[in-house]
Amino acid sequence: MELWYTDQHTKDVRFSMKSKRQLASFESEFQQIDILETYEYGRVLILDGELFITEKDEFIYHEMITHVPMAVHPKVRNVLVMGAGDGGTIRELCKYDTIESIDMVQVDRDIVRLCKEYMPFTALKLEDERVHIHFEEELRFVRGKKEEYDLIIVDCADPFGPAEGLFTREFYGNCFKALREDGILINQHESPFYNEHSNSVQKAHRHITTVFPLSTVYQCHIPSYPSGHWLFGFASKKYDPIKDLKEDQWNQLGLKVRYYNTDLHKGCFYLPNYVKELLGTNG
Amino acid sequence: MRVLSQQDTPIHKALEEQRLNRLAHFDVPGHKGGRGNKELKHFLGDTTLSLDMNSMKPLDNLCHPVSVIKEAQELAAQAFGADEAFFIVNGTTAAVQAMIMSVCKSSDKVIMPRNVHRSAINALVVCGALPVYINPGTNKELGIPLGMSVVDVEKAILENPDAKAVLVNNPTYYGICSNLREIVRIAHEHNMLVLVDEAHGTHFYFHEDLPVSAMEAGADMAAVSMHKTGGSLTQSSILLARNTVNADYVRQVINLTQTTSGSYLLLSSLDIARKNLSLNGKSMFDKTIDFADYAREEINKLGGYYAFGEELVNGDTVYAFDRTKLSIHTRNIGLAGIEVYDLLRDDYGIQIEFGDIGNILAIISSGDRNLEIERLISALSEIKRLHEKDKTGLFDHEYINPKIIMGPQKAFYSNKRQVPISESKGAVCGEFVMCYPPGIPLLAPGECITQDILNHIAYAKEKGCFMTGTQDMTLENINIVEEV
Repeated sequence: MELWYTDQHTKDVRFSMKSKRQLASFESEFQQIDILETYEYGRVLILDGELFITEKDEFIYHEMITHVPMAVHPKVRNVLVMGAGDGGTIRELCKYDTIESIDMVQVDRDIVRLCKEYMPFTALKLEDERVHIHFEEELRFVRGKKEEYDLIIVDCADPFGPAEGLFTREFYGNCFKALREDGILINQHESPFYNEHSNSVQKAHRHITTVFPLSTVYQCHIPSYPSGHWLFGFASKKYDPIKDLKEDQWNQLGLKVRYYNTDLHKGCFYLPNYVKELLGTNG
Repeated sequence: MRVLSQQDTPIHKALEEQRLNRLAHFDVPGHKGGRGNKELKHFLGDTTLSLDMNSMKPLDNLCHPVSVIKEAQELAAQAFGADEAFFIVNGTTAAVQAMIMSVCKSSDKVIMPRNVHRSAINALVVCGALPVYINPGTNKELGIPLGMSVVDVEKAILENPDAKAVLVNNPTYYGICSNLREIVRIAHEHNMLVLVDEAHGTHFYFHEDLPVSAMEAGADMAAVSMHKTGGSLTQSSILLARNTVNADYVRQVINLTQTTSGSYLLLSSLDIARKNLSLNGKSMFDKTIDFADYAREEINKLGGYYAFGEELVNGDTVYAFDRTKLSIHTRNIGLAGIEVYDLLRDDYGIQIEFGDIGNILAIISSGDRNLEIERLISALSEIKRLHEKDKTGLFDHEYINPKIIMGPQKAFYSNKRQVPISESKGAVCGEFVMCYPPGIPLLAPGECITQDILNHIAYAKEKGCFMTGTQDMTLENINIVEEV
């Protein structure tokens, strides 16, 4: 018998991978959480039936969501991470000794529990003493914060489930308030390729643009995600992602990374024409 | 005779049986299960279209219920603690009108607060009954009309011993309740019936921590808007009655104006909603109350906003407060309620029930999730951060005591002429003027147009309220009564 997991990329497009076995299946208060062991992609975390991360290509996502802002902002001390239940973003952040504290807000404590058990390759730094995990509604947590963070990373699923609130204008506005005067907001920005998703890309970008003085988008290639072409939002109060890149300073850190480098950093902000068109304008 | 319980849904069951029977339909509706209107079928879904059937023997007839509709109505009466329940498919407007027209004829008096929904005054236009208005107190800080004071009701009853009934608006849109038991006691003592516009109080019947319901307080009739907080489809409603009124006569009155093609989508939604309320109402409204209490607390923490609650209770004009209502006073952040209402929708994609001059109202239900509640609170926090301004110059809304020159019916049907609204001061109004929602008339037919009212209308227009009621849809002109 062959066991295949299929991720529905759109109503009419599917992406399947052959699985060895199912490691976990759990219905939490918020969503259905499944973890599979697959042949090609290693361990795979699936939320409400949709692929969230895979062992094979998660490094791309987590490096790009973390190191791009870290190479721009010269002194990030306090970080707020929304979602990030698998811990991959935390793992990347913990590579920086200059970071003093990381608040991680995740509504679903079962994701964290299951990832600690079955996804140690991403979850390994969740116990770092600088990491404070808050199991509560993300919107509620950030609403109460004022000028406390240098960097906010929104590492969440697509906007059609529990993460819906993290794609709203009120959330971005609350993040703006929670950031210091030179703070940066990075968010998972979906794929521009399929019409089903491009709409939410457009909407999220429009919302962020109304809230932040500087807002742009960068891209990377994540094979297991719908279309493989993925975007992140870079919104900031002060720093320009290219002009303010601290190239030498970052390279001197000598961090071990597999995808990100400072050349790629500059390139990833140059977008294809169809994406520029989708976003209206993009610098 | 079958013995039915609250688990049963007779209309729902009969309808489902007919759908599965796959009848060949040579009756209306002409779309015949959607085959005759494919775009509509695609849009609303196969099941919906195949359930859109007409009255037939196995499905009973709303105008003359003898089988499944009768059974469903009996179950509803039982669930609400009434003697009779009538399913209404023309909206709670029809229920309110049937209630008034069942007890009043032309020239009969009915005592009511002026802050009623337009449907109540519409009923007076249709049947010719005359209103005796009671000034509902106003909370000056919030600018909202309150309930009727017992003393005022008693005074009106004593001054108008020939009045047929007292109409109570309970709760108001904002969640304010009058002392219903006492009003019922006094009215009954003077042989008057008590009719309750309970459009916003369906949930009172299903949770013991909520204010007393009309039937429990001993009222004679009540219009409950099942679709508002009871979970049925829009436009479906229930008229409740006790055996102090003649149920067969009420049915005749309903049939004067209600459709003879009652929608089974609406009827089955009433049936299923009633079952759900009966079986799960307690937990549904537990959840609703928790959400509303939490939102109130968080919104009040934001500062500037005032999400009011049970602290308003004063033993009389605010005898009780409906905690499921999330009413928020916005004037202290320098914004009119209607402005916050528009910002929430236009900038944040959040649609709330209404915004008036000083307040907004969000409807909370068991269908909400934490996520939406958090979004609303966060958006309000953002609106304050980005738009807060000085509140001077904001209109201080006051209840304007109407000057009634003639009855609503006489004014509505008299010879009228249209004049520019700016030139209408001192004339007798021949039509309604209201902001919708909430649909409480600023002017009703037969009332004098005063400068105060003109100021109020101009301000509401300027702030972007949706003004309705007049023949001139732009409200540049108004119909006034020609000869008084």
